[in-house]
Amino acid sequence: MADFEIPVLNEYTRTPDLKKGVMAHLKPFVAKEVLQQPLNFPGELVENWEEKAVAKLGELKGKYRSLQVFLDICVKCGACTDKCHYYLGTSDAKNMPVARQDLLRQVYRRYYTFAGKFWAKLGMPWMVGAKDMTKDVLDDWYSYYHQCSQCRRCSVYCPYGIDTAEISMAAREIMDSIGVGQKYCNEIIGKVYKIGNNLGLPEPALADTLEGLEEEVKADTGVDVKFPLDVKGADILLITPSADFFAEPHVDGLIGYAKVFHEAGVNWTMSSYASEAANFGMFIGSYENMRRISRRIRKAALDLGVKRIVFGECGHAWRVAYSFLNTLAGPWDFLDPRYPVPQHICEFTFDLMKQGKLEFDKSQNDHRVMTYHDSCNVARASRMGDKPGGQMTIPREIIKATCNNFHDMPKDTIGEATFCCGGGGGLLTDDLMEVRVKGAQPRMEALKNVVDNNGVTHMAAICAICKAQFTKVLPYYGFTMDQIVSVHQLVSDAIVLNRKTD
Amino acid sequence: MSALSVFYAILFYVATLILVIGVVRKITQYARTPAPLKIPTTPAPTTQTGVVLRMAREVVLFSSLFKSNKWTWIFGWLFHFSLLLAFFRHLRYALTPDCFIWPLIDLELVQAAGKYAGLGMAAGLVGLFGRRIFVDRVRYISSPSDYFMLILLLAIAASGLSMSFVSHPDIVNLKGFILSLITLGWNGWVNMPTDGLLITHLTLVILLMIIFPISKLLHAPGVFFSPTRNQVDNPREKRHISPWGKALDDAEADA
Repeated sequence: MADFEIPVLNEYTRTPDLKKGVMAHLKPFVAKEVLQQPLNFPGELVENWEEKAVAKLGELKGKYRSLQVFLDICVKCGACTDKCHYYLGTSDAKNMPVARQDLLRQVYRRYYTFAGKFWAKLGMPWMVGAKDMTKDVLDDWYSYYHQCSQCRRCSVYCPYGIDTAEISMAAREIMDSIGVGQKYCNEIIGKVYKIGNNLGLPEPALADTLEGLEEEVKADTGVDVKFPLDVKGADILLITPSADFFAEPHVDGLIGYAKVFHEAGVNWTMSSYASEAANFGMFIGSYENMRRISRRIRKAALDLGVKRIVFGECGHAWRVAYSFLNTLAGPWDFLDPRYPVPQHICEFTFDLMKQGKLEFDKSQNDHRVMTYHDSCNVARASRMGDKPGGQMTIPREIIKATCNNFHDMPKDTIGEATFCCGGGGGLLTDDLMEVRVKGAQPRMEALKNVVDNNGVTHMAAICAICKAQFTKVLPYYGFTMDQIVSVHQLVSDAIVLNRKTD
Repeated sequence: MSALSVFYAILFYVATLILVIGVVRKITQYARTPAPLKIPTTPAPTTQTGVVLRMAREVVLFSSLFKSNKWTWIFGWLFHFSLLLAFFRHLRYALTPDCFIWPLIDLELVQAAGKYAGLGMAAGLVGLFGRRIFVDRVRYISSPSDYFMLILLLAIAASGLSMSFVSHPDIVNLKGFILSLITLGWNGWVNMPTDGLLITHLTLVILLMIIFPISKLLHAPGVFFSPTRNQVDNPREKRHISPWGKALDDAEADA
């Protein structure tokens, strides 16, 4: 099934003995010039790239306090060394968060600190962990900064909150700036600019797909649930990951949102121009590209004249939406001030539940015993509701309201300690399958725990990347691909339609 | 003043200048560098008061480290807390008897706590050193400078402890020397004691002061500037924008 060894699942998460260089061979495909150009990056490795990379690092540390502070203050205490799912799954030393950071920090020390410059003059930069910018260093960057899903688990455990995601984003931006981009991410961003979504699904195809969904739901339930597109004057603009339009189990989630909107009796629409919630600009650490993608949503909201924006199930998209959208595409003073901008579909559904506007027939989900996978960007980089931690409780409340059987996975694998699915951060590509499968090991172990002990049959998630990743990697560990479901798929299956409330 | 005292007086002044100017420069750099995006590690406090409490838990209790690894937490916290107690004990060598602080504290307690804190420091440092050597992951990430820092601190603790428990230097003489340095010789200069242990202890501390602003010891001021810990979780309620982020908006508005 695979040309690499699939990790064995233990009863509990175990920290492996360290191995050197066992994942150095794994590199994603490099973006060709035609894919670099739309993002304003050089098409191939530029001349004097060593100097330019060092200069770019200098520029970025002047623009990001996080980068400057994090490069300085790590004390190498080792608290993070056993926290990364990629280290746990691969045993590769450079997949320990601090070792991953050090790939950039060694260059920072060499060129931007007194200690590094001093010892380099004596020919011993290694005394203080400094290193010249060389091809070997660049190769390490390309390998190991593409084996980080920017999930922030390490930042939870660091006594100074050092977030490796910030470092890997900076490293990817430096690499892009000298012409070494990652094909997967940069190709996708280009598609958003050209067509409006990651999949490159043009408006007619999208309209056709949505029409098909209306027919499907009608055949299923006998109810006219609408999937509106580009409706001017609608109240709510739904921004959802384009995977929701056809991938399984994503699309079942989209059907769930539509049923909720239907029951709420609201006037909503999607946009063909901003037909994507995902924002891969974040993965490549590019503020400019992330901003450019975000502002498509602003334009769509203005053009359609909506009053609210709601986001569908997607992890990193929710981070960009919740944490960054106001910064990148705000202010949102033209929208209805009574609602947060943007809202998560789970917040929307949960509010209706609290108001008693939704009725569920839980028995419809009795064939499932559920657990819930906290997506990293939702858990550690965003919030839902008005209390810290709402991002963990609200999705669980929705699951418990729609299902009779629910069990959480072990405590040190959920909530803020959640393990990444293994495919986030721009790694959801076949050329990185080895690290995706190995990185999923800690989550698979936790899942196996509740499958064995509680009879769990399905795991729900609210992230398009998690869902796609699990569909792919579950079979490697002896599960089946359909064991991953959307949270709003559970809503969709349990919701009682056309319940007249007043 | 003796040649030795002049030499050490100059060293102390130079080291103090390097420490103060170095740390102020770094703090200024951290404070001036923009934080363009909201990146608190969530769940995070939604108010400024909450952030102060979160930071206090980190700095006083090392709460994140506690979550991570109990051994590193015990050794690290023991070392830092002992260092704080030892610092208080040293106040007596640098403050005049009429200083406002004396009525506020129990001198006996501070002296006793500070004395045994030296042992705590040493124990914590030995533990951290042991982890660096025996845990393969921590060994891998350690540079010579990381070992050196622990050895330096251990040597400071050991020389200090020796003076408490083995061979007492002329502490009244030392206090006279330090006060004459602090008052810039206003009441005349005083020679330092020529005690080998004391000179070793002072030399190592001077070295530590010089290294502080050019090393990972910057974690002390740096932690307060860590955006994942010091930001309020309110991006939807309040628009966060950096000067360079705003410049992008402005350029687009003009176009």
